Amino acid sequence: MSTVTDMTASARTPATRAGGVRAASQLGELRLRGMSRAYGAYTALHPLDLTVRGGEFVALLGPSGCGKTTALNCLAGLLPLTAGEILLDGKRVDTVPPEKRGFGMVFQNYALFPHLTVRANVAFGLKMRGVPKAEIQRRVEEVLRLVRLGEHAHKHPGQLSGGQQQRVAIARAIVMEPPLVLMDEPLSNLDAALRLEMRSEIRRLHQEFGLTTLYVTHDQEEALSLADRLVVLDAGRVSQIGTPAELYEHPADPHVAAFMGYRNLLALEVVSARGPEVVAARRGLRLTGTVVGDARVTQGQQVTVAIRPEDVRIAEEGEPRVAEAVAEIVEYHGRVLHVEAVTADGDRVHLRAGREVRPGDAIALAVDAERALVFGAGGAPAGAAEPGGSAEPGGSAEPDEPGGPEGSAESTGPATLAKSADSSEPGDSSEPTASAESTASAGSGESAEEGSR
Amino acid sequence: MSGPATSGATIPAGSEPKAALRHRLAERGVDRTLLLVLPAALAVIALFCYPFLYGLQLSFQPAKGGALGAYRQFFSEPFSRKSIWATFSLALPASLINVGVSVPISYRMRREFRGKRLLLALLVVPITLGTVLTAEGILEFYGPAGWFNRTLHLLGLADSPMHLTMNYTGVLLSLIISGFPFAYLLTHSYLSGIHPSLEKAASTLGAGWWQRFRYITFPLLLPGLLTTFSLCFVLAFAVFPSAMMVGDPNGSTHVISIEAYQAALERFDYAQGSADAMIMTALMLVVLVAVAVLRSRLYRGSTGGKG
Repeated sequence: MSTVTDMTASARTPATRAGGVRAASQLGELRLRGMSRAYGAYTALHPLDLTVRGGEFVALLGPSGCGKTTALNCLAGLLPLTAGEILLDGKRVDTVPPEKRGFGMVFQNYALFPHLTVRANVAFGLKMRGVPKAEIQRRVEEVLRLVRLGEHAHKHPGQLSGGQQQRVAIARAIVMEPPLVLMDEPLSNLDAALRLEMRSEIRRLHQEFGLTTLYVTHDQEEALSLADRLVVLDAGRVSQIGTPAELYEHPADPHVAAFMGYRNLLALEVVSARGPEVVAARRGLRLTGTVVGDARVTQGQQVTVAIRPEDVRIAEEGEPRVAEAVAEIVEYHGRVLHVEAVTADGDRVHLRAGREVRPGDAIALAVDAERALVFGAGGAPAGAAEPGGSAEPGGSAEPDEPGGPEGSAESTGPATLAKSADSSEPGDSSEPTASAESTASAGSGESAEEGSR
Repeated sequence: MSGPATSGATIPAGSEPKAALRHRLAERGVDRTLLLVLPAALAVIALFCYPFLYGLQLSFQPAKGGALGAYRQFFSEPFSRKSIWATFSLALPASLINVGVSVPISYRMRREFRGKRLLLALLVVPITLGTVLTAEGILEFYGPAGWFNRTLHLLGLADSPMHLTMNYTGVLLSLIISGFPFAYLLTHSYLSGIHPSLEKAASTLGAGWWQRFRYITFPLLLPGLLTTFSLCFVLAFAVFPSAMMVGDPNGSTHVISIEAYQAALERFDYAQGSADAMIMTALMLVVLVAVAVLRSRLYRGSTGGKG
């Protein structure tokens, strides 16, 4: 306890905050090299390579059991690595115990100390570091003001609402001014309205404190709107790494597509292929789509076609039709209706309809060729034929989901826009290798459940 | 039918449309199911309250010295007065040691490790042994010619046998052996009620293991420890068989219960025996109330992760 390593020493330096916005983050670069974790024979996290630059907001996205919380716990030091290393500005930290790493962590259940007041909870870390009393008080008051909990400082966590507890948890992590903040599904215990509010709160704090944040979530919308970069995990492997726009527009495989709101994943057979344009069909379905990436498809090959509900239309007169179907479930979502239609052969198609559709109506469906993404059979996950079951993207509950990536651009503001723009170039040397190899490996279609969670 | 003409078919004839009797009783805090407690309550009254009150009034009717004669007799006689000290000097260290030792052991026993179940069984087995069996075991094992002293002698660690029985040490040992499982089981369950994420959170905030224990686990555990202490203390305070068998009942381990026993069943002075028992009860209550007051000043809310 007497010795404090270099990393924590940086947290000790008094805040040099002149105005409201702090300049650079304290972290230059966090590099994960082949970080993996196994429980006996079961591998919860396959070797993960990732480079996070200072000031970046990176989201680890995936369904429950995909290894994202394992990855976060490994980073925090709460779980030892089975292989690989973690480098913080070139120094190895995976051998350092959690109390000496100096990372801030926000737990899913908040893990506030129930016997301490809000103020004492937030001050705890500073007290452990032996920061002088006067400075502790100053920094705690400032952080509590930032998370708008000033008037609740004397209360115990049990007297606070969920959202307030959540803000205490964040305040407790960021008051240390850590080089890296780890957040483990911090919004999953909140109701929908509060979740939206806290989402922008987290983004605001991230910018105001110049934090570097690693954020774990299973909610694609949360990830898209918050993060500068996303890491999509599936069964402990990386499916794709990229900016929200990259993932949203160009998912690397059907699993990522399912997460990015492509609710229609249709298993079809290639009828004819001409360059990137492919005609695929099966039973009552026939459509023209675009092959993703450089993949080559040949006639007769099994492919997965991913289409967003909002890209499926009710066909105009004389337009080529994808399928004839009968509307089965119609949900009202404000300006649009979500329709789940069933073709004569039992394939389910999700679509958005602007005009009146009633359950039982016969409708003809149309899709633009550039909006139907065709993935080679190698990339098809086990559950590709049943899109609803494999992943339920949160977008279905949102009236205007297409606003997701644009919305993030708005909320990030000009400062981070510039940052994320420049960030997408220099570090790319490490990314393509990671995403390329993982895309290849994700093809095995493993659907093992993570037992440790 | 005096009631309003609603769907009268479901309302029995002649009844007002008011809430069921059960609900009206519940409004007043009456739960008829609790009447099932009555037989047990009667048994408690017959087997505890009556003898207690009978003993209480008996203690005020000594053969000589007026209503408080027996109490005056107890405090004026140095031999009986010293039994208070003898009892406290056994009960306090025994319960403190039991609680104190059970904390680090249950702290380590939270995590999974090989042989945990075996160790748990070994720790808890003494609870199944009667006090008399434990006392006999102590006599055999720690006696002047017991294995313990023979081993010491063989190893050349002691020239003359250590006196561990028929004195204070023997009784203390017996109290620890029989009291520790209680303390351990209680502490263990209190400790497992503290959410593990709290310590994880503390460690990410820079707290080492001692700081985590000192500032997080211990304060949350303390109310439970005080309860555990109270129970251990009550058990140890009423020590009788081991004080007789492995102790020195007419000297250093002349505890109050022995004093009361001798007054009532050896000298047949029931009034004196009852008075001794009442003094013992009062002393025990003083300690329990003190602990309860201390406990009420601590945080006693949830110890889960959500605060």
